Amino acid sequence: MSTIPTRISEPGGGAAAVGKSVIVKGQIFSREDLYVDGEVEGSIEVQEHRLTVGPNGKVHANVIAREIIVQGTVHGNMEAGDKIEIRKEAKLVGDIITSRIVIEDGAYFKGSIDIARQETPKPAPAPRPAMTPPPPRPEPARTSVAGVEHKP
Amino acid sequence: MPQDPQVKRSLGLAHFVSSIADNSGLSILDLGEISQPNVTFITTLGHRLYSEDLLRTLDSHMLDGDLAGGPAQPDRIEGFLHECLGFPASSLDGALVWDTLQYVSRPLLLAIVERLHEVLKPGACLLTLFHASERPQELPLFSYRIASPETLHLVSRGTRQSIQFFNNRGIEKLFERFSSVKFFLTRDNIREVIVSR
Repeated sequence: MSTIPTRISEPGGGAAAVGKSVIVKGQIFSREDLYVDGEVEGSIEVQEHRLTVGPNGKVHANVIAREIIVQGTVHGNMEAGDKIEIRKEAKLVGDIITSRIVIEDGAYFKGSIDIARQETPKPAPAPRPAMTPPPPRPEPARTSVAGVEHKP
Repeated sequence: MPQDPQVKRSLGLAHFVSSIADNSGLSILDLGEISQPNVTFITTLGHRLYSEDLLRTLDSHMLDGDLAGGPAQPDRIEGFLHECLGFPASSLDGALVWDTLQYVSRPLLLAIVERLHEVLKPGACLLTLFHASERPQELPLFSYRIASPETLHLVSRGTRQSIQFFNNRGIEKLFERFSSVKFFLTRDNIREVIVSR
């Protein structure tokens, strides 16, 4: 495991970034917004944050995020708790599950779209006393990847 | 600057929508260009939308030869069908085919119609459109966008050379394996056809 130190100030707006000369093969977990303008093959989880696939980005991965913006190419299934935006220059092949979707004219999409309906939250059950307190979880790295290589 | 879309009242669309409006959770195939209005309309009804831009896929298959107008090549046709209509048998509850069938060669056309028959559930409807020309010619190409249950917006995608032309008898024969074919006459030289599986 290694962390990605790169931060960019342009399109990703301070998000962690996979630059356009970077290839990642493996899993990416991030606890902050992530901007991918390079190549990723594997899986991406940005559960509570935004993933942006930049115009040079090529993702062959299943993606889970709160919000996903696609400007480049994605082959894989995408699940977003909030919203997916497919920009006009995007190419996306895969199945989508999301609460909301925005598709610009000119985008290419092949796959299925499922809109997950927000269910009315039920009142939470009264808390039961825990028998033993749960052990503290170790704090993971903010962004971690399984493998990173640079293009020659 | 983009042109304003043509507005078309469509009884065929109204019939199609009525066939999918009573249930939710259906699987609907759209063979046109993906568009926000169609995604919103179909998913608001509670359905899953499958999008497959048939003509764009066809163009990508034509890069190494002429699949649209050339001789029948069974391997290539099967490859195209697998990529474009690779759904399990009887898995779809409806299909928006639009006017795509006019732009494919006869062998591919027959294979597509046969595959549609296979992947649609019994009783499912498909909506298809045919320009009323009597010979193959350069036709205006549109993106068909659902504005309301009986209104389409036609957004220009340029022009495209048609390969097929049909009279009503030819359309009936094309879909002879289906249970019914219903024509909706319009004033704009586009025949709307609802075909029931």
